[in-house]
Amino acid sequence: MKIAIASGKGGTGKTTVAVNLALSVEGMQLFDCDVEEPNCNLFLGQELEKVEDVSCPVPVIDSDKCTLCGKCAAFCRYNALAALPTKIMVFPFLCHGCGGCGLVCPEGAVREEPRVLGVVEKGKTTAPLEFYRGLLNIGEAMATLVIRTLKGHIDESRPAIIDSPPGVACPVIASVGDADYCLLVTESTPFGFHDFKLALEVVKLMKIPFGVVINRDGLGDSRVEDFCKAEKIPILLKIPNDMRIARLYSRGVPFVEEMPEWKEKFAAMFKEINSGSESVVMNS
Amino acid sequence: MKQLAIISGKGGSGKTTLTAAFASLAKNAVIADCDVDAADMHLILKPEILEEEDYLGLEVASIDPELCTGCGTCREVCRFGAVSADITINQYSCEGCAVCTFACPENAVSMKPRISGQVFSSNTRFGPLAHAKLGIGEEASGKLVSAARERATKLAEQYNKELIIIDGPPGIGCPVIAAITGTDLVLVVSEPTVSGIHDLKRVIELAKHFNIPAVVCINKCDINEENSLLIEEFCAGVGVPVLGRLPYDDIVTRAMIREETLIEYAGDMEIAKAGDFAKIVRDIWVLLEEKLLELPDKQKYLNLSM
Repeated sequence: MKIAIASGKGGTGKTTVAVNLALSVEGMQLFDCDVEEPNCNLFLGQELEKVEDVSCPVPVIDSDKCTLCGKCAAFCRYNALAALPTKIMVFPFLCHGCGGCGLVCPEGAVREEPRVLGVVEKGKTTAPLEFYRGLLNIGEAMATLVIRTLKGHIDESRPAIIDSPPGVACPVIASVGDADYCLLVTESTPFGFHDFKLALEVVKLMKIPFGVVINRDGLGDSRVEDFCKAEKIPILLKIPNDMRIARLYSRGVPFVEEMPEWKEKFAAMFKEINSGSESVVMNS
Repeated sequence: MKQLAIISGKGGSGKTTLTAAFASLAKNAVIADCDVDAADMHLILKPEILEEEDYLGLEVASIDPELCTGCGTCREVCRFGAVSADITINQYSCEGCAVCTFACPENAVSMKPRISGQVFSSNTRFGPLAHAKLGIGEEASGKLVSAARERATKLAEQYNKELIIIDGPPGIGCPVIAAITGTDLVLVVSEPTVSGIHDLKRVIELAKHFNIPAVVCINKCDINEENSLLIEEFCAGVGVPVLGRLPYDDIVTRAMIREETLIEYAGDMEIAKAGDFAKIVRDIWVLLEEKLLELPDKQKYLNLSM
């Protein structure tokens, strides 16, 4: 059972839901796929160790073999190679690592070298949960590669929570793509509602069963709830707009630890999802 | 012409709310909504769209079933896992590299254009707005950000505007890099939470990486005074000025529900508290304008050096 936590808008409470849910169910795995700004461990405080570097294979041109025919540069769709009169220039930052240049080179003059653009780390302890995260190096653009590598460490035989990045673009698809269930976290404000509908399009497109968590309930108006009722979308949990929760969040304390009654609510939500009683798949 | 980008690292820290308020205050600016993944600026600025254009992203592979023998060569060479076991293309995994078209012994794979989103040039009650919408699950949001910024530059030239205010996306990856490269100044909207501080540090490092001067404002500063002090200490340590502190207040949400900027809301409602809040935003804007004036004009410099 892989449960992805998503939202179109940033700052709606994905990490809050991911961490508190993961801490409320025993034997959980937690994967922080928001590799641009991974925040889960600020709440877990686990000591981390490197599992592997994430690297992209980039071309290196052997100038002894290269005849400057320029086929590699002509083939590259990312403008990562440029054929100059005296040499082939490589721009590793633009390279997606597709291997096309090596494939088209008639002289076998292209070899590949890994270029590290991020890292996968894991918590040193497995209690109270097993934690993995990806971290994209600053200045790097390719978050999806880090996400894909990170997700390779999921043990499919046990339940896993996936904390996704915000938005609707490729890193979100890479994170929620093969999830069994998606929890959409939103707040009932105009921005929250607008972006919630975008996130809804993602899960419908990917045909992932989903339910909703309303965060900061009480803030704004009732537009999200009205919409969910009309569309028969299950609202699994409402987290109130409570200063106490906000302050605990600001200090990096998962609120289930200070407000144990919420542990039961999260555990009940997991049970509900796991039993499939609240799953909704809508055809787009 | 100068360009100011508003970013945060962490989502939901108040970028769009502040950018919309600045749109109210700026006298001669173009606004560019560059959070193309989840653009919200139009909800407040209510643009009248003048021009709309499809944005073509990277092409996507397409297999001709008539020619395909199912040999699986494309699946072997694809490094993005975009060819399924039944030899069909998963367009959300395809990165458009075209390696499959080269490898296919039957010439059954070709690259097809794909519409990854739309870019708009619009007019609003505060002047021109450039914005964009990324298709769900599309690649290349960075390129769409660049396309929106190109439109903003054109609008600025057309209407003789001196400033482009860019509402940036969250994160530090491809779309953020596209939103801040070549700008004159970034304003980082932070919040005094452990996540906010963590993300602030990463985003300041990103601005430094691209040699762009940065300034900070702290939103929801009273949620955790201690952390607000930590942000100020950190900023002082790296030589980044903190221009202001905004308290946590549901005025922000109430203004949003009325589809107004904070400045408009404070003017309409004549609530003392809303007025106080708006005054802090005005003060931040004055400091931003001063800071922008101080900075050398990158554009002019480029023209001279050419």
